[in-house]
Amino acid sequence: MSVQKVQMEISTAPFLKDVATTPKIMWLVIYTLIPILLVSVYYFGISALLISLTAVLSCVFTEWLFNFSNDPIKTLKDGSAIITGLLLALTLPPGFPLWMVFIGGVVAIGMGKSMWGGLGQNIFNPALLGRAFLQAAFPTAITTWSSPGGSFLSLKGTNTALPFFQGQNIDAFSGATPLAQMKFQHIGTDTLALLMGNTGGSLGETCGLLLILSGIYLLAKKIINWRIPVSILLTVVVISGIFYLIDRQIYPTPLFMLLSGGLLLGTVYMATDLVTSPLTPKGIWIYGVGIGVLVVLIRIWGGLPEGVMYAILLMNAATPLINRYAKIRTYGHLK
Amino acid sequence: MSNQMTYGEGTLTFRHGVHPEEYKELSNHKKIQRIPFVEEYVLPLGQHIGAPSKALVRKGEEVRRGQKIAASVGFVSVALHSPVDGTVTDVGLVDNPKGEMVPGVRIKTDPYSSQQLEERPVDFESLDIKGFITAIQQAGIVGLGGAAFPSHVKFALPEDKSCRYIMLNGCECEPFLTADHRTMLEHAREVIDGILIIQHFLKAQKAFIAVEANKPDAIEALRLHASNNAFPVEVVPLQVKYPQGAEKMMITAILGQEVPTGKLPIDLGVLVVNVGTSKAISDYFRKGIPLFERILTVTGTAINNPANLLVPIGTPMREVINACGGVTDDAARILLGGPMMGAVQKSLDVPVVKGTSGLLVLGNAEIQDFQEYSCIRCGRCLQACPLFLNPARMGLLAKKGLWDDMEDLHVMDCFECGSCSFVCPSGIPLVQSFRVAKGILREKSLRERSLRESKAEGKES
Repeated sequence: MSVQKVQMEISTAPFLKDVATTPKIMWLVIYTLIPILLVSVYYFGISALLISLTAVLSCVFTEWLFNFSNDPIKTLKDGSAIITGLLLALTLPPGFPLWMVFIGGVVAIGMGKSMWGGLGQNIFNPALLGRAFLQAAFPTAITTWSSPGGSFLSLKGTNTALPFFQGQNIDAFSGATPLAQMKFQHIGTDTLALLMGNTGGSLGETCGLLLILSGIYLLAKKIINWRIPVSILLTVVVISGIFYLIDRQIYPTPLFMLLSGGLLLGTVYMATDLVTSPLTPKGIWIYGVGIGVLVVLIRIWGGLPEGVMYAILLMNAATPLINRYAKIRTYGHLK
Repeated sequence: MSNQMTYGEGTLTFRHGVHPEEYKELSNHKKIQRIPFVEEYVLPLGQHIGAPSKALVRKGEEVRRGQKIAASVGFVSVALHSPVDGTVTDVGLVDNPKGEMVPGVRIKTDPYSSQQLEERPVDFESLDIKGFITAIQQAGIVGLGGAAFPSHVKFALPEDKSCRYIMLNGCECEPFLTADHRTMLEHAREVIDGILIIQHFLKAQKAFIAVEANKPDAIEALRLHASNNAFPVEVVPLQVKYPQGAEKMMITAILGQEVPTGKLPIDLGVLVVNVGTSKAISDYFRKGIPLFERILTVTGTAINNPANLLVPIGTPMREVINACGGVTDDAARILLGGPMMGAVQKSLDVPVVKGTSGLLVLGNAEIQDFQEYSCIRCGRCLQACPLFLNPARMGLLAKKGLWDDMEDLHVMDCFECGSCSFVCPSGIPLVQSFRVAKGILREKSLRERSLRESKAEGKES
């Protein structure tokens, strides 16, 4: 005689459970990304929508492809693939070819997450890893910026390039980002424009005001740890402030440093990625200060105008080590 | 309703912790009631931490209400008393709340058994500290907060230690439970009297009564009675937060000091007693009533009439539930204790024991099963853990079976409050895995010790 199926219910305390669940947290983050996407569509027209759609589809497709459990959509349920897709899209230039976006999404989820074992196991922020791949593979396309404005339906740059082709830039104007203007020509950008988003740049990084509001909302909802934005932004202000005081002609103001480029987007949505940031308060401070220092150093001395992506990825790499050594002092264990 | 919630006063607390829904309104306005005697009482001999008592009665023997039926074995052990007049029908194996079959006594109730007991005060002023300790042990008094640690052991202070503060624990931070609340409200005099009796022997500087601020009526009642005597008794409202009633958290909230790991509150000069225990001490010395009944909350979303009851120890759960109108169709799980630390029961034959502070019947709504996701390292558990442990990391280590690494992260300090599992958005059984780890590590250290001892013996011979 054999027992076909044994169903045992084992349960031990606690029997109460907080309302927050992982999918709920993920969806809340997705909701906060929607206004940013809408502003992006306002400035960059249908290109922003197409890029976001492509990135999300590509991420969701890859997530589905690498799901080996019996439940065909198990790993999609938590919503994390959609976040990765949206975040990847928001870091890309408006005129970026869609086929490259698709590849970026495949790499972001495939190499950034599934390869490590899925949600919670990856070391690098998947969206940024995808973008780093695109930066290495398509250096020209990813640094070709379009200016905001123009008709809603007119496509930007090389969106429609055929696979494996760079495509002809169909855009009337090509604009530089505020950071590039500052780095190569020492021309500043109006603070108001930086806050409102009426500048060149990646889809989601231009509107500083909205990013600040999203950050405050996520902090209030306790989705992100306050120490991460505080430590990154403070470090950037202090270090870039020192440079600014040394030579006001060459170096930008700390305010410009804060509002330009991808710093706010990276701080609110990527550095705070729960999975790839440290756990303990001490570890988080080390991580945040590290990102801040790297951002300023890359922006000022690096070959690229922007350094947020590499700063965050480098500190992601340091996170397992930080987690190991930055311990929390347990109650009753006095020094 | 007299329970106006005024939280303004309770600002003292510990760091971290969680805020589960309270559910106290189900029973916090219900007066403590006696339930009628039931046909049979079931008394496991080991109801306390320490050696189980030794049965003094035999099958067929007649016993009286309050008669000692089992004696303490060794120092960390207490006596056990019959809650009714009746006949011993069996001395054998009985169910206990841990789901084990353990030695115990069954008593069939004499239908004419009276709930009244002749009052025989004990003259404690003629006793010395040793006499006091023995009296408490013989009265069968244990900590009624849930742990059931023999109280007299706490009063036997080590020679180099003295008691500065007597601290009464009336926090009752577990959701649903209201037994301590009603005890403080309806028996404030006895609770304070218990402190005075303890104080007579321990000569402390001061007493505190810690109460969460969601029991303003109890705070008021205690303050009224505390002001009647010379010994300073301060009623301290604490913030409503779980696990505020954990001994260490309560001490930290009031004194601002941490209890060092591996040490006891008495190392800080603090002696902690549950409010129900204090009342039990008063009942014994003033009226001669040993511990054979206790106040418990019968509550939950799936019980018909939630109540606070005075229940004889040994009453089977089935009878307690019947006395409260039975369960609703929605009933899904029955626990002894609170929802955060209580134990799920598989049989209704399990009796109420000395450490039973509540009987909880949860409906399907509360116990829905949560799908487990991967740890997303959100750190909520780190912000919840009152001991500043790193549950996220320990949870990952537990999955790999790296018990020794968990020990380095102080898993043995964990007192299993369950805050980490409560907040985990991925539904990971954190505290559950720490319980397993602690068991394995404890076993391992025992094995190593016995190995060392046998080696040492080998050398001697």
